[in-house]
Amino acid sequence: MIGGLFIYNHKGEVLISRVYRDDIGRNAVDAFRVNVIHARQQVRSPVTNIARTSFFHVKRSNIWLAAVTKQNVNATMVFEFLYKMCDVMAAYFGKISEENVKNNFVLIYELLDEILDFGYPQNSETGALKTFITQQGIKSQSKEEQAQITSQVTGQIGWRREGIKYRRNELFLDVLESVNLLMSPQGQVLSAHVSGRVVMKSYLSGMPECKFGMNDKIVIDKQNKGGSSEEGGKSGKQSIAIDDCTFHQCVRLSKFDSERSISFIPPDGDYELMRYRTTKDIILPFRVIPLVREVGRTKLEVKVVIKSNFKSSLLAQKIEVRIPTPLNTSGVQLICMKGKAKYKASENAIVWKIKRMAGMKESQISAEIELLPTNDKKWARPPISMNFEVPFAPSGLKVRYLKVFEPKLNYSDHDVIKWVRYIGRSGIYETRC
Amino acid sequence: MTDSKYFTTTKKGEIFELKAELNSDKKEKKKEAVKKVIASMTVGKDVSALFPDVVNCMQTDNLELKKLVYLYLMNYAKSQPDMAIMAVNTFVKDCEDPNPLIRALAVRTMGCIRVDKITEYLCEPLRKCLKDEDPYVRKTAAVCVAKLHDINAQLVEDQGFLDTLKDLISDSNPMVVANAVAALSEIAESHPNSNLLDLNPQTINKLLTALNECTEWGQIFILDCLANYTPRDDRESQSICERVTPRLSHANSAVVLSAVKVLMKFMEMLPKDLDYYGTLLKKLAPPLVTLLSAEPELQYVALRNINLIVQRRPEILKHEMKVFFVKYNDPIYVKLEKLDIMIRLASQANIAQVLAELKEYATEVDVDFVRKAVRAIGRCAIKVEQSAERCVSTLLDLIQTKVNYVVQEAIVVIKDIFRKYPNKYESVIATLCENLDSLDEPEARAAMIWIVGEYAERIDNADELLESFLEGFHDESTQVQLQLLTAIVKLFLKKPTETQELVQQVLSLATQDSDNPDLRDRGYIYWRLLSTDPVAAKEVVLAEKPLISEETDLIEPTLLEELICHIGTLASVYHKPPSAFVEGSRGVQHKRLPGSAGSGESVDSPDPGSAAGASEAPPAVIPSQGDLLGDLLNLDLTPPTTTGPPPAPSSGMQLGAMDLLGGGLDSLLGGDLGGGAAMGAGFGAAPAAMPASFSAPVSGGLDDLFDLGGGVGMPMGAYSPPKTIWLPAMKAKGLEISGTFARRAGVIQMEMTLTNKAMSVMTDFAIQFNRNSFGLAPAGPLQILTPLSPNQSIEASLPLSTVGPVMKMEPLTNLQVAVKNNIDVFYFSCQYPISMLFVEDGKMERQVFLATWKDIPNDNESQFQIKDCHLSSDATSNKLQGSNVFTIAKRTVEGQDMLYQSMKLTNGIWVLAELRVQTGNPNYTVSLKCRAPEVSQCVFQSYEAMLKN
Repeated sequence: MIGGLFIYNHKGEVLISRVYRDDIGRNAVDAFRVNVIHARQQVRSPVTNIARTSFFHVKRSNIWLAAVTKQNVNATMVFEFLYKMCDVMAAYFGKISEENVKNNFVLIYELLDEILDFGYPQNSETGALKTFITQQGIKSQSKEEQAQITSQVTGQIGWRREGIKYRRNELFLDVLESVNLLMSPQGQVLSAHVSGRVVMKSYLSGMPECKFGMNDKIVIDKQNKGGSSEEGGKSGKQSIAIDDCTFHQCVRLSKFDSERSISFIPPDGDYELMRYRTTKDIILPFRVIPLVREVGRTKLEVKVVIKSNFKSSLLAQKIEVRIPTPLNTSGVQLICMKGKAKYKASENAIVWKIKRMAGMKESQISAEIELLPTNDKKWARPPISMNFEVPFAPSGLKVRYLKVFEPKLNYSDHDVIKWVRYIGRSGIYETRC
Repeated sequence: MTDSKYFTTTKKGEIFELKAELNSDKKEKKKEAVKKVIASMTVGKDVSALFPDVVNCMQTDNLELKKLVYLYLMNYAKSQPDMAIMAVNTFVKDCEDPNPLIRALAVRTMGCIRVDKITEYLCEPLRKCLKDEDPYVRKTAAVCVAKLHDINAQLVEDQGFLDTLKDLISDSNPMVVANAVAALSEIAESHPNSNLLDLNPQTINKLLTALNECTEWGQIFILDCLANYTPRDDRESQSICERVTPRLSHANSAVVLSAVKVLMKFMEMLPKDLDYYGTLLKKLAPPLVTLLSAEPELQYVALRNINLIVQRRPEILKHEMKVFFVKYNDPIYVKLEKLDIMIRLASQANIAQVLAELKEYATEVDVDFVRKAVRAIGRCAIKVEQSAERCVSTLLDLIQTKVNYVVQEAIVVIKDIFRKYPNKYESVIATLCENLDSLDEPEARAAMIWIVGEYAERIDNADELLESFLEGFHDESTQVQLQLLTAIVKLFLKKPTETQELVQQVLSLATQDSDNPDLRDRGYIYWRLLSTDPVAAKEVVLAEKPLISEETDLIEPTLLEELICHIGTLASVYHKPPSAFVEGSRGVQHKRLPGSAGSGESVDSPDPGSAAGASEAPPAVIPSQGDLLGDLLNLDLTPPTTTGPPPAPSSGMQLGAMDLLGGGLDSLLGGDLGGGAAMGAGFGAAPAAMPASFSAPVSGGLDDLFDLGGGVGMPMGAYSPPKTIWLPAMKAKGLEISGTFARRAGVIQMEMTLTNKAMSVMTDFAIQFNRNSFGLAPAGPLQILTPLSPNQSIEASLPLSTVGPVMKMEPLTNLQVAVKNNIDVFYFSCQYPISMLFVEDGKMERQVFLATWKDIPNDNESQFQIKDCHLSSDATSNKLQGSNVFTIAKRTVEGQDMLYQSMKLTNGIWVLAELRVQTGNPNYTVSLKCRAPEVSQCVFQSYEAMLKN
């Protein structure tokens, strides 16, 4: 299991050092600094073995988190734990920076004592932790409170405490998707997938039982088996095939496996209910058509057309097209029909920004790039990348219902105010040129 | 108020100030002071002098202050054991506190204090806490048992904590169950043979129930534990799989991968024609692909695992090629792994896409990545015959770019393509020759030379080309020298008239002017071959070479099986068995996949036919380590100098590179995958006389690797005697040294425990050896970096080399050692078991064995009796193999098993042995033959020691 956990600043100075196992000595702290943080070459693996000691590291801004072990630990678990640790710290004091870590070092030690015992991760749900570890020192608790804390931390529903009350029961549901694309210069889709998340904010009283439904093809097909065939044909178009999905630990997985229904008792406040991935019938909101022509050795002509491919009543926002330029670029002339374009020498790219663009439109930019003569090897031509935000889910996912039951309290599903929002963003959206 | 200010105090006299503050009456001031102490401790300052003052703050009702003091205690208690006792009372009191959080805190912290006297006091509170009414306390106490076991295993057993821990598996609270499972698994690891976990269908059922209810981390502990279970039959296996599959949808990747591990393992037991088997295969792909949208570090771990899964069950991901396409912004470690998997998944159906991608990658910036991409194109050509032509033309395009490393990489792979498709793409040779001058890497030069030699008859100026390399012959690497030698001999055999001078030149360079024995030997063999019988020489050197196999870089099947059992763990990331990187007893057990339902009965069956029919044929693997004969025939196996890292334990882990030389793997080769069949062929025929058993075809090089120990368990590691006291404290002013020797991964280690029984601190340790029989010498300085305080012990492991000065000792294995510290110099002598000197390549060819046995005069033979040994002959040879005593053949005569064994000492002395084992008779007879008969006595002694331990 994890033998120790260290946090360093960008210079390699230790900010936090907590050793859990006897086989990890103080020299491990230095070994990581010398061999990874101060390494002359860029680190080529997130797992490093130095003198039979393994180091796992992640970086958040310029803070290094390193877990150390001498055993054959579950490597996936160690990384998941490090991310979780970052989440927990962020939930307590915001951004993970040297300043914040130093300001909260007592708190961090306290957290590390609680969520890692002898190197074994324990309950790390912030909701539960915050009931008894606070930045303002420890709250004095009554006996009932103590019992409640321990039963929550160890209990089956570790993510929610009893006795939550709201005057207004409200639910916010966001479907956030990032659409990823790799397209060949000829417009052939090399790979495309949507990775989506269903993020919720719930302000519900008591211990509500929730049921979430979407236009999952498997569920809809199952329902249509009983219904008329005409309807089946219609909804077949509207349902989507989900390649895979994963759920927050509150969701009853065995129930999903057997009935494909998503039921859970939600945590209070913000959380991510599920993640999913689809690859079929993706709506690609934009198409990029590049044209690069090398005119002699010192000039390059680039023309890029973007086409929006969604309902004309909808508006895409924050559109940005990034056209890479060779390292030996000496000057760029730009003409674009819409938005603003700029050559950014420090980033070796032309950045073209458009605030808004409606569906079924097209726009183009042309650029003349002057090059300095050079003997370097040929330019690698990185892909043209794009950023945007659209108000629909590119996977076609639709929320069908979210039902709330709380038998013990006197509010029903109808009394809950529910908000649903769809946002599609670009993930890695690239077209080779 | 911020806490960062505590980090900034660096004034002189700080300690005194802190002392005053710690003893202040004001609570706030006290707390401030403790915070400062902790901050200093974090940055590495020694604040142990404040021990009594900090401990005095422990008696407080302020929980935050208490936690800080506990943190301090955990760090320094070990260095101040006597004072740590002062804290005991508070701990014991806290364990009775009405607040469960405090009870748990006390028992958690107490377990972290590794002071013997404190652990004695821990037992009673721990016993109570294990039965506490509050689950939070129980789950903490469960982990505490593992802590205590780490400090004092005997105590845990004597106090009956293990039974209490087992009871907790039936606890009503899922988190208590999970922690108990984690603790038991850890304890069981250090007791490989104890039946601690005692997994039976009832406990498994309890675990599966808890699995649905506990935290994500608890689920991981439980799944990892489940993976160690072997179901009784395929029905049980299926029912467990059904209950584990829902975990594949968990948001935590570790839960997913651990579930994949359980499924991959239990799947082995399911009959392949079962519908459920197909369903399961289909269910595995999506979660694996989803792992690739996690954070890059997790992607990396996932990809290393997918690499294993794809080798074991290619069908799972065969349609998912696209997700492994490299993204421009992927970190380099993700890119390289994706590339590896792309090649493994390449097939006729997707080759066009793959090639287009690879060509794209070959123009990227990162040198390693580009090289790998070029190499991948070559591997595609070899794997998918239909694509070979396109691959070759792609490679030619890349050569035209004239980018130096691209050209060199391309030439290396084109050589492999020639080996796979001879006489097909020779038209490209002209282009290759144009780039001769730009080659500066040994591998590329060697490849080019090979091509020139192989196709000498079609290259008009082959002699000129080769001659140009000859000028700087001695500056070339061995690889190039060997290749050049062979190529020129080939050229001579093809065009004898013009090249006589050249061949004489190279032969004399190789034999007279070179210090390299490999090169010299090869040179002499060619020379004699050419001078005695040129026709035979032609037949040998220009013999038709077997085609190279399709898949390269596959992990050796036994290792792969073991790694599949370690999915998700570090072993799967390093692609090495845990024994290769974990010290001590942990993880040394080799895990295996269970036999499949269909072939289950026949695995152990002696009939080679049925075993071969039922078990899946292992994929052919190109050994990177050629046997001598293959090398001579110019089978173009890369010479050992370039494969794998040297087996030095301290050298960094080389990811991706398979450590064939490593000790861990050597012992694995004795595994039995496919061994049943090979064994049947090799020995099953039970030849009547010894010579017959040795006349098996020489070509069985690869079979040879697997032919031992068919159906027998894993061989154990090298024998290492228990530690004995070498230097009593009486004789060395309080310094006591006990120690032993061990051989790990090919390196002899002197393992010592140094104990300071004096009153003062000891520092500045150093060690020296007197001259000795086998030239043992420390390979580095004695690494004792921290001062040794009174009553402290430290473990030191000193790697030894065998290149020191030699002097014959009496007894032979006597070693005189001098140890120095700040007090004085002390001398002692000890004896090492000669088995430490048995090297890993001590396995003799059968013919060589036979010839040597005859060759050694009978006077040199000595016979010994080993009494009271109760091992079967298979177990014996297995056990001995762990210590590099290799069984070459076995025959059974009248109920007596005769094992023929060889071993080689570090100084090159061979010892041959014949071991007679008679069932039912506990006395074995061992006959030893050796050109240096003096060693026989020592060898016999270590035989006895190895077998009886």
